[in-house]
Parts: sequence; C-alpha cells; structure tokens
Amino acid sequence: MQIYLPIAEVSVNAFLLLGLGGMVGVLSGMFGVGGGFLMTPLLFFIGIPPAVAVATEANQIVASSFSGVLAHLRRKTVDLKMGTVLLIGGLIGAALGVAVFNYLKSLGQVDLLVKLCYVVFLGVIGSLMFVESLNAIRKTRSGSAPKRKKHNWVHGLPFKMRFRTSGLYISVIPPIIVGILVGILAAIMGVGGGFIMVPAMIYLLGMPTKVVVGTSLFQIIFVTGFTTMLHATTNYTVDIVLAVLLLIGGVVGAQVGTVIGAKLKAEQLRILLALMVLVVCGKLALDLLIQPGELFSIGAAGGH
Amino acid sequence: MRWLLLILTLLAAPLRAEEVVLGLSQDQVSISTNFDGSEIILYGAIKREAPIPQEDPLQVVVTISGPQAPITVRRKDRVLGIWVNTEAMDVSAAPSFYAIATSAPWGEVLNEADDLRHNVSIPRRIRSVGAWSQVANPQNFIDALVRIRMDNGLYVLAESAVDLRESTLFNTAIQMPANLTEGEYATRVFLTRGGKVVSKYETSIEVRKVGLERWLYNLSRQQPLLYGLLSLTIAIAAGWGASAAFRLMRSG
Repeated sequence: MQIYLPIAEVSVNAFLLLGLGGMVGVLSGMFGVGGGFLMTPLLFFIGIPPAVAVATEANQIVASSFSGVLAHLRRKTVDLKMGTVLLIGGLIGAALGVAVFNYLKSLGQVDLLVKLCYVVFLGVIGSLMFVESLNAIRKTRSGSAPKRKKHNWVHGLPFKMRFRTSGLYISVIPPIIVGILVGILAAIMGVGGGFIMVPAMIYLLGMPTKVVVGTSLFQIIFVTGFTTMLHATTNYTVDIVLAVLLLIGGVVGAQVGTVIGAKLKAEQLRILLALMVLVVCGKLALDLLIQPGELFSIGAAGGH
Repeated sequence: MRWLLLILTLLAAPLRAEEVVLGLSQDQVSISTNFDGSEIILYGAIKREAPIPQEDPLQVVVTISGPQAPITVRRKDRVLGIWVNTEAMDVSAAPSFYAIATSAPWGEVLNEADDLRHNVSIPRRIRSVGAWSQVANPQNFIDALVRIRMDNGLYVLAESAVDLRESTLFNTAIQMPANLTEGEYATRVFLTRGGKVVSKYETSIEVRKVGLERWLYNLSRQQPLLYGLLSLTIAIAAGWGASAAFRLMRSG
C-alpha cells in the first residue's frame, strides 16, 4: 500500500515503513538505545530527503523515549536532578546544532556533515564497545570481578553539586558539556544520542549503570522534542505521516525486542550491538570512499 | 485596439488552418494519502475547413510540464580521499516534471528553430542564465540534471507514443509519477508539418494535494509552531499508549 508523505513529497510503501519501524524497534528494545542511528540512514536509503529524515526521526525518538522513561520512573531509576543539568546543556547544544545544520545546508555540505558524524561516532563508539565487551566476556570466563575507577580528573572541577539518586558529588561542568555535545549531535544527526550519552555517563561521570538508561531517556525526550520544534518552525521538514508510521512499527517492535533482550546475557547483547554499529559505520564509510555511480546531485536552490 | 486585434487574427489565420480539439481523461490530479501516480489520457481531433494538405505528413507533439522552480546541481569530487560536493551550478528554472510524447521519432517532428521558439525539447525547458560564470562546463551539469530526472521518471521523452490516425484523430497516455509536486501543469499540443509548427493548443492540468495531505501541508507552512506541537503530542501519546498497553499485557 503506497502512502504519499505530505512534507517529504514522495510516495512510499506503508508496510515497508511499518517493517523498518518494527525492525529498529526490536533492536532498540533489545539494546536500550533509541535506534535513531540505524533508522536515519535507512530512511536516506529508501529515498526520504535527508533533511526530512533527520527532523522526523527526532520526533519519533520523543515517542520511544517517553515510552521507555515511564517504565524507568515507576522503577525510580531516573536521576531527575542530573537529567535537568544534562538537559540545560542539551538545549544549548540543540540550538547550536540546528544553526550549524542550516548553515551547512546553504553550502550544500549537510549530507557530508551528517555522514561524517555518523562514520566518526559510530566507528569510535562501536570499537570501544566491542573491545570493552570482549574484555568483559574474557573476565567473566576467568572469574575475576571488573574494577571501576572511583576518582579521576572530573572530580577536581569547581561548582560541585550533590546528585542523590546517582550517589554522586561532582562538578556540574562535565554533565553540561556532555549535554551540549549530545544536543548538537541530536540536531545534526537526527538521533537521541543515547549511544554516546550512556557510555559518557558511565565512564566519564561515574554514574551507577542502573540509573543511566532512565536518566539518559529523560533528557533525550526534551532535547529531541526541542529539536523537533526547531526543525518544524525553521525548516518545515517534520513529516507527521512518516513519524506516525514509524512510531506504530517501533512501539510494537520494542516490546518484542525487550522479550528477546531478556533472554541474552549483557555482554553478548553489547557485543552484538557493537557489531551492528560497526556494520552501519562501515557501510557509510564505504559510500564516502568509493567513487559514486552518479557524481551529480540535484538540490533545492539556495538550500531552502 | 480593435484594428490590432483584426490584424493579429488575419496573421494567425494561416496557422489555424488546422486546429486541435483536445480532450483529457482528467484535468485535475488529486494527491490523496494513497496517491500512487496517475495516468493522463489525452485524445483529440484535428479540425480543418479545407481538405488535408498533401505536403509533408502531419505530426503531433504533446507536452506536459510541471511548475518551474530554481534548483542547484552539485558535483562531487574527491577531496582528501572522500567524495565531497565541490562545484555547484544554479539553474534559474527547471520544470519539476516534463513529459513529451510524439507521433514519430524526434528528428522528424520538430526542427531546431521551432524547438527554440516554443521551448519544446527537454534541454530547452531548462533555463540556466549566468551558468557560465559559476562553473567551467555548464553543459555537463545540464546533462546530469536531465539524466538524473529521466532516471527518476520525472523527465520523459516518448517518441512515437502518440497514435495518429488518418492525420485527424490522435491519442496518447502520459504517466505521472508518484512523487509529484503541486501546481499547474501546462499541457501543450503542437501540430507540425516538415518540422514546422503549424498549430498549437494549450491548456493546463491542476495537481493538488487534497484532504489530510492538504491540511497537514498547510498547517506545517502556516502554523509551524502548532504543527510542531501536534507532532510532539502524537509522539507523547503514542509513547504513553505503548507503555500503558505493555503494562496491561503484563498484568493481564
């Protein structure tokens, strides 16, 4: 069944979108990531204009994160105070990100920036996660408990604040910087930034793993919501019909994914996620390195 | 004024010795939610007061043109090992959709001079003023534009696709793709003899989004804030709904 998307102005198969939403939903339910980093390149691939894909994906992440954060709130695994600090940084970052996005769009380089961001971040995060989970598997096999560093340079900074839920007493500077970076990425790449936020919170801020996912989701709702509004009012690129189709598939898929995820071990899950991230990264990198079949492309005049 | 009109009519008279009477299967294309392209059937007859001239055979050229819009054509080049957009050329006007159907191979239906006068062929429809100041070889960019849009089915040249009978009745079908943009689609029919245009008929087909498509599109342009809030509300409601449904399924 073909559906004409009013903003993207292309006609796509509705079942294909439901299927994509479902597949990414399964993965996001399994691994606890938003799935934006997978969905946005897939949308490019089926012919959705990049600007529409990025803006609409931000809107879809609002839905999946909201669904997730409700579950975490019931379990009291959300650090609202830390979330708010990250959010302040995130909103500044999102505003910066949309400004950068619009500037590069006028130069015709926005596709390059989005793809480069993907290659760099997916590559770095994927490799780190792969190595880390391999080590974890090796350690559980050998039986020694993993050690975590309690103190690093982060604890020497000023403007300290107490975060009760996380059991931390640290400076607000690192969380704000993390928030800004994730906000910029959310705006440019159309992702929630969970796959960067989660490692940063664990390794950089030293937050306990159990509150990390909920807090990250809490913050992501507001940042992606803000990004959606900015894209809707400045670029008019949020396609509500596309968002709804992806949402339906995603919401159903996430439930299936959670069930599958519960049956796998944490290290196995992480290594699978790392491999998936690296595959997506490799595909995008090849597109940049191999000579494209068509050197020319057509864009709207003046980038509008 | 009246004299001028009379002179013009007299001048136009030889041109109107053969006249087109055209019918369209639809003069309006509605883009609804399940829009999947559309086929326009054009049929017509040639009206004449005198017997059929016995010189060159009569040929028919039918064109449908989408709204003209400025666009930018970009070219990738290898920079530091990766492929990056480098050169860009602004095209001042190119139709979003352009289809030509003819009753014989292109070379037999229209000569260069009349093509230039009436802007019939695909490259003639693309206006690129000042392109020479932007890039070294603008023709490459124009060729690429035509090539890409032909591959996407947006530019079509269907030679010998018009069925012409007894130099009097003709019909053809033009396929409009699923990714159409809105606007007035100028529809022209040319009658030619020996490559020269002897008569011309113009009308237009209106392509419009309707219903939900129209409403959402207008809302996003006229009330972007409201539209953004609507998108967010739907997202939050869906997220809450999924969470609630999941809880029900678990407890039930």
